[in-house]
Amino acid sequence: MNRTSILQAGLEAPDFTLKTTPDQAVSLSDFLGRPVVLAFYPADWSPVCGDQMAIYNQLLDEFQSYDAQLLGISVDGVWCHLAFARDRKLRFPLLSDFEPKGGIARAYGAYNAKEGVCERALFVIDRNGRVAWSYLSPSGVNPGADGILRALAGLGGQREVHP
Amino acid sequence: MSELIPPVTSRDHVRGDPSGLVTLVEFGDYECPFCGKAYPVIQAVEEALGDRLRFAYRHFPIADAHPHALLAAESAEAADAQGMFWEMHDLLYEHQDALTWPDIMQYATTLGLDVEEFERDIRTHRFAAKVRADRHSGALSGVNGTPTLFINGFRHDGPVDFDSLWSAIVDGAGAGFYGGA
Repeated sequence: MNRTSILQAGLEAPDFTLKTTPDQAVSLSDFLGRPVVLAFYPADWSPVCGDQMAIYNQLLDEFQSYDAQLLGISVDGVWCHLAFARDRKLRFPLLSDFEPKGGIARAYGAYNAKEGVCERALFVIDRNGRVAWSYLSPSGVNPGADGILRALAGLGGQREVHP
Repeated sequence: MSELIPPVTSRDHVRGDPSGLVTLVEFGDYECPFCGKAYPVIQAVEEALGDRLRFAYRHFPIADAHPHALLAAESAEAADAQGMFWEMHDLLYEHQDALTWPDIMQYATTLGLDVEEFERDIRTHRFAAKVRADRHSGALSGVNGTPTLFINGFRHDGPVDFDSLWSAIVDGAGAGFYGGA
């Protein structure tokens, strides 16, 4: 697949409902009115010091200062996510794009069909459910949070800090 | 390409020549094993470059994975208040497996710090805001793991071994490097 085909700014973000635990699901539309950060990543359990999700977990207050909701998405199953989230003490939901495998990643153009995993792709969705910014990370390089934070700052409007 | 925000200023811990041709900045976590591996590599780079390099260190503790990382970072700052940042920094990286409170008090004693003042600074978290400010700059700069290095303001995405760092530094320094000013 073409590595530049991820959804671009200005487009409506496809809604989805994905499981985050064996008996809980999360929909993108649950967060209308707040910015959402979608972080697609290849797999749970990469080494901790360089783990994208562990780093974002450490920076949650940075996202929260923009009232943004962070959602991690990979093709791992819910039980795997649960164990991973517990091990890394993650304080944001990991969504399981498991069945059909990578279905939502494909809708966002963030699926690596050759490897059968999500690309490292980031989307900032604005309060109205449109893509405000997207970024496909070069293979093998973890994206930091700098692009996300710039995009959130660029959304403008009042910062509505959640209590 | 991710850039260092803000650039190195007087609020940073810097060693080496302030007017050095190359500025190397590390975002690190004293309990991170990869930072531990990077520690002697960076020392070797500092030695090799001599007065062509200034090295600055900022904190990026991954506290959820490393229970002593915040304490260690605040300890380095508390030592800094007594003029001993780098001495504490080196001790912490040389004893990554011994970063409990009694260990750190021992290092404070070894360094001849005023331990009462040191202990008070830790207990009151006097330097927690400084550590948070470093982490915030890491967030803005695209820190994507520990250690993350910046060479003349740009994130180094290659491996952290001597040869990789050396060639990145030579590239980053541009024409002046071999010119011999």
